[in-house]
Amino acid sequence: MSWFRDIMLPAQGSEYSKQVDDLYMFLVWLSVFFFVLIGGLIIYSVVKWKYKPGVVTPHITDHVGLELTWSVLPLIICIGIFFWGLNGYMQYSVAPGDSLEIQVSGRKWSWAFEYPDGTRSLNEAHIPSHRNVKFVITSEDVLHDFFVPTMRVKHDAIPNRYVSVWFNATVEGEHMVTCAEYCGKDHSKMQAKLIIESDEKYKKWLETGGDEWKNYPPEVWGKMQWEAKGCNSCHTLDGSKNQGPTWKGIWGKTEKFVDGGSAVVDENYITESIYQPQAHIVQGYEPVMPTFQGLVKKNDLNGLIALIKSLK
Amino acid sequence: MADVIASPGLTTTGQPAPRKNYLNAEKGIWSWMTTVDHKRIGVMYLASVMAAFGLGGFFALVVRLYLLTPGHELMKGLMDSESYNRAFTMHGAVMVFLFIIPSVPAALGNFVLPLMLGAKDVAFPRLNLASYYLYVTGAIMAVIVLVQGAVDTGWTFYTPYSTTTSGPVTWMTMAAFVLGFSSIFTGINFIATVHKLRAPGMGWFDMPLFVWGIYATAIIQVLATPVLGITLVLLAIERSFQIGIFDSRIGGDPVLFQHFFWFYSHPAVYIMILPGMAIISEIIPTFSRKVIFGYRSIAFSSLAIALISFIVWGHHMFVSGQSQLATVVFSFITFLVAIPSGIKVFNWVATMWRGNISLETPMLYAISFLLLFTIGGLTGIFLGALATDVHLTDTYFVVAHFHYVMMGGTVIAFIGGLHYWWPKMTGRMYNEKLGAIACALIFIGFNVTFMSQFFLGSLGMPRRYANYLQQFQPLHAFSTFGSWILAAGFLLILGYLWASLRSGPLAPDNPWGGTTLEWKTQSPPITFNFEDQPIVTEGPYDYRPGKASV
Repeated sequence: MSWFRDIMLPAQGSEYSKQVDDLYMFLVWLSVFFFVLIGGLIIYSVVKWKYKPGVVTPHITDHVGLELTWSVLPLIICIGIFFWGLNGYMQYSVAPGDSLEIQVSGRKWSWAFEYPDGTRSLNEAHIPSHRNVKFVITSEDVLHDFFVPTMRVKHDAIPNRYVSVWFNATVEGEHMVTCAEYCGKDHSKMQAKLIIESDEKYKKWLETGGDEWKNYPPEVWGKMQWEAKGCNSCHTLDGSKNQGPTWKGIWGKTEKFVDGGSAVVDENYITESIYQPQAHIVQGYEPVMPTFQGLVKKNDLNGLIALIKSLK
Repeated sequence: MADVIASPGLTTTGQPAPRKNYLNAEKGIWSWMTTVDHKRIGVMYLASVMAAFGLGGFFALVVRLYLLTPGHELMKGLMDSESYNRAFTMHGAVMVFLFIIPSVPAALGNFVLPLMLGAKDVAFPRLNLASYYLYVTGAIMAVIVLVQGAVDTGWTFYTPYSTTTSGPVTWMTMAAFVLGFSSIFTGINFIATVHKLRAPGMGWFDMPLFVWGIYATAIIQVLATPVLGITLVLLAIERSFQIGIFDSRIGGDPVLFQHFFWFYSHPAVYIMILPGMAIISEIIPTFSRKVIFGYRSIAFSSLAIALISFIVWGHHMFVSGQSQLATVVFSFITFLVAIPSGIKVFNWVATMWRGNISLETPMLYAISFLLLFTIGGLTGIFLGALATDVHLTDTYFVVAHFHYVMMGGTVIAFIGGLHYWWPKMTGRMYNEKLGAIACALIFIGFNVTFMSQFFLGSLGMPRRYANYLQQFQPLHAFSTFGSWILAAGFLLILGYLWASLRSGPLAPDNPWGGTTLEWKTQSPPITFNFEDQPIVTEGPYDYRPGKASV
């Protein structure tokens, strides 16, 4: 009967989703049974005891045995279903200790992901298959809901709180995260792609950040990274002063450090400043910049260098 | 059943002189506006809730039309996702607060309950009128909200969306607040009426089951509605002064709002369905001409449902972030509600068994109710079970489930009750054949509209979506098509009931052979209901020869 399940439910992305579907299909058949029973009794009664004038109906006010039967039997069935549902819920609630943890943040109207190595992505997450993956979910504004239909998991995203769902994906390919808690105008567009792929491909993606950079000229890609990775909160592009040195006109300049040394701003200097910002502090600035190791990939770095070069 | 001196019946020949009754006792709009007659107030409520149903139904049709295709070709330029959000919010809010909660108790209950008890009126007739005026005030406030551009919070007003979005949200919550008091007044009135105004000889277990259902409803109305009022006031304060009850940025908790909201709104689900069940308990014995099976278990199951309804609110919140232990406990208690509901269904079916069954329009609705409510109840099991709920909650499956209970249950029962008591209320009969056709249209249209939504939800289509993936289009189109069949059915009812008012044949006092007291007085009844005080000597639904007046 798997064709029947397939028209009722989304594709199964994990072993857990198969367990949920077993309960779902059991409930479908149970419902069909009771509906046919009750509907059948009604139709039978209406046809068999169709109105005839003058018929006197029996005066049956109750029947203890029957009433006990249809109280106790459903009760037993219901308690059984409760435990079946509970069994699945326990699995859903408790992520295995060895899970890969990915931070998820919902906001109007996108999903942001952050990996343990600092890699961040928007509306697209790459997930290794056959591995326990736990999503630690929060919200930046109103309620959202992290819903992955193919994995049969969802949880509300709540501002200033962390909740989690987990799954172990067995089917590679593109899956979908869709917001299931009403959040306003573009609620229905708040979707993210989950790319389930082999561990190898996943690691490659973590390292390189994927191939999207190929679609842009380097300095345009660099400017996108300046915004996406948060460089823009300390470094300006127009020469105005901020927490960090402006990037306008910095290329080829000689920077003086607080420890007395100096260096010319070139590819090597920029690379060091992004990955080991505390190695040399420019005079007049505080040592506040965190490392962007993991977050700024090789292609991103090339883009940022191209951007800085272009800001003469 | 009762020792009643009925008013003189109609002669079948010639034009009978119009008898004195509550409708023609006094003339003029002022006599209606200042009336304390429960029947007139019931009729005014009836007209109002039907207007509200029309308004809510209009929004439903708009929502379905918008969802016909994912590109919204039909409504390009007329509507976007923001106005869609307002439309579904207004559909929900109008249907819940202005239509379904007052529909059976305040409209039909007001009319029938004192008649069934053999009373002259409700216990507090002026409070009854005050309740109606509060309802009108709340309705006007809701219309003001509409004129101001409506709100987009969903009828559930979840924070922090509702405290941060623009629009007249505070007005809308205050409208619901006022409507809540209208509901409380009705509840208090009915409790006092049932306790104090039963006819001489009528013990608790001689009351018609409709009265039991309305009584259980009234208890919930009085106990739960104040919580909604408090919650909505807190929401309004939060919105205006940012005091940090629900806003987590300043120390509040958005999940707390959901606890407060569902502490009312889950019992409110039973405020909606118990009166529907109460009507079915009247219609089925009457048209089966057989004593109700398991009177006491039906009566007690109403009370059991009312009590359990207070401790299952958390099943709306399995994935909301409430404690996982609480989630498990709420799931277990939720399954307990299935038992009394199941008992009722089986008792109704057992009442039909070996009956003498005719299929007039009210009975057609009662049978529709049994079938649709059964589906609504069974799909509730999917949502009570934790593992399946995690997948199905916040999807169209939930939308379909509660429409099967609220519309397939309560609305169908309400229309059945409307047809059942129409001759008593208006003194006129309606066209039986058109009644059957309309019932068939509604039954088919309803299933087309909402059965498809069970599939949509199971496949992972979240609710409250203005846009959707192309793969869902056929099911959405099917659902929209069903909404047109439904609309045709309701328009047909409106048409033949209007014709009945103008030129329907005069109704006899007891057209269906009912055994409860409202059928022992004339149609329509006189202002004080009975010529003489009825004295009750036996329980209701007794169809043994020599017992009933059929």
